[in-house]
Amino acid sequence: MPINILVTVKQVLDPEAPSGALKVNNDTKRMEAPSNVPPVINGYDENAVEAALKIKEAVGGTVTVLSAGNGFVMDVMKKTLSMGSDELILVDDPSVSTLDAFVTAQVLSAAIKKAGNFDLILCGRQASDYDQATVPLGIAEILDLPPVTMAMRVTVNESIVSVSRVLGDGNETVEVSLPALVTVSNEIGQPRYPNLRGIMAASKKQPTVWNLSDLGLDDSAISAKVEIKEIFVPVTETECEYIDGDDDEEKGRNLALKLREAKII
Amino acid sequence: MANNDILVIIDHSDGVLDSTAAEIITAAIGLAKQTGGEVLAALCSSDAGSLPQTIVSLGVSKVYTITSPVFIDANSDSLVKAYKVVIEKTSPKLVLFGRTFIARDTAPRLAFRLQVGFAQDCTSVAIDGNSVVLERPVYGGASIARVSFIGDLGIAVIKAKSYDAAPEDNSRSGEIIDLTDSVGDISSRTKLVDRKKVESEGIRLEDAAIVVSGGRGLGGPEPFEKLQELANLLGGALGASRAACDAGWIPYAHQVGLTGKTVSADTYFAIAISGASQHLAGMTAVKNVIAINRDKEANIFKNANYGVVGDWEKITTAFLNMVKELS
Repeated sequence: MPINILVTVKQVLDPEAPSGALKVNNDTKRMEAPSNVPPVINGYDENAVEAALKIKEAVGGTVTVLSAGNGFVMDVMKKTLSMGSDELILVDDPSVSTLDAFVTAQVLSAAIKKAGNFDLILCGRQASDYDQATVPLGIAEILDLPPVTMAMRVTVNESIVSVSRVLGDGNETVEVSLPALVTVSNEIGQPRYPNLRGIMAASKKQPTVWNLSDLGLDDSAISAKVEIKEIFVPVTETECEYIDGDDDEEKGRNLALKLREAKII
Repeated sequence: MANNDILVIIDHSDGVLDSTAAEIITAAIGLAKQTGGEVLAALCSSDAGSLPQTIVSLGVSKVYTITSPVFIDANSDSLVKAYKVVIEKTSPKLVLFGRTFIARDTAPRLAFRLQVGFAQDCTSVAIDGNSVVLERPVYGGASIARVSFIGDLGIAVIKAKSYDAAPEDNSRSGEIIDLTDSVGDISSRTKLVDRKKVESEGIRLEDAAIVVSGGRGLGGPEPFEKLQELANLLGGALGASRAACDAGWIPYAHQVGLTGKTVSADTYFAIAISGASQHLAGMTAVKNVIAINRDKEANIFKNANYGVVGDWEKITTAFLNMVKELS
């Protein structure tokens, strides 16, 4: 039975960027990267796109990618289309970037309802910037879908989705009836690299772009529950003590002596 | 009526409290002193046994218990319904969860269902006037966000080891209130088919006092044998950066960082690791960081207590031999 899958993705600062390169912007209460470090799609969200494409290959259907944010870099976002997704929807609104998880989930849920009927919602398990792992569970609550988190494998058989989950000390398999929401972890496997055919197909597609007013959300529906008072870089009290020596071998020996003296080893 | 009580949600397995339980009770006792309220606890289990008494002995005044076989398979669908009942009965000012696997699902769902503020992985929680102020690391620990809840109630998950464990005192007394009959339908939409525990070999990375980690700069899989030898010698565990795992040099089970494991080691050797925020996010709790890297500008040195600049192989080999000599 072909199914319609929606995947939520987020554009984030590249978490592989050295943390020293990030600067706090006190006006937006966010961190910003220098212009030579382009943003990326949150890694777990790419895993979710990969999971969706695998299900589509197995049972047929469609994959729609949805993102809410501002300042989208189109080359970055269109990677999901080059990977093989059918459609890309962007809720692009300056106010989205300052929203808390509560409102972000409201916005994404409204966009999902507007976009059509979906059997399965897939999300990355958490975003690398705010790391809350909250928005997917919020969408599940708002749309009244059963959520299953931390998937390492997702398979669909008729109206049942079977999910193998990564636990702290093992793994488990659960089953739930569609429609459902599943969050995907990196154990699902590397996201595919777009091939030439995918890139060509994506270049002919344009994303659907909505703003907040297109979603019919009034101000009361998007009132934040959490106020960000401040973002600050913690003062590291540690000063690095460099171990010296005439050559690398001596440095290694001196390190052992130093750590023994400090009772660290 | 002003709500001053602090409700802690107690996680447990195999009849033993999770280590976060006594930590969030410490946080709650401090907060309740400021608000003039009491510390309350919610306990969902298939068989509470002596857990309620233990919770009282840690300093909780009232323990609300809900007992049902559905809790054998700890799932958030059932737990959210049960905790919602406890919150509606007690109207607390703040609900605290410890950072456990199931809390990652249950706490945010509860916040959305009650339409209240939520903060994940907090390292501190304080009362400022009438509002609750929390701090949590963001951007992989590169910065801290200070946030406060808007509204009368908020739910926070407290990161493990952010507070000392409350000591047990068996002379304490408290009330144990059973709410099992008030909860109604707490069945789950998800069905557990199969659960497997994976026993890890040797010391668990998360529990190891010493971790020896390698990164992209090692250049291949073979060097990890040397790092494993060093880890064995020091009685520690072997870790790796995401780059090394992505390259296929070492299984993902060894990965430390945002997308890997969080270590709580006293001593962490970062060998040929550049120090991307992705990696640093997994080692924020480490006391002593020792960095060995060819690049003296590498970000890891900003987070290290001891640094050695040079060829990792020569330095590590000489270090290893010297440690053998010293022991």
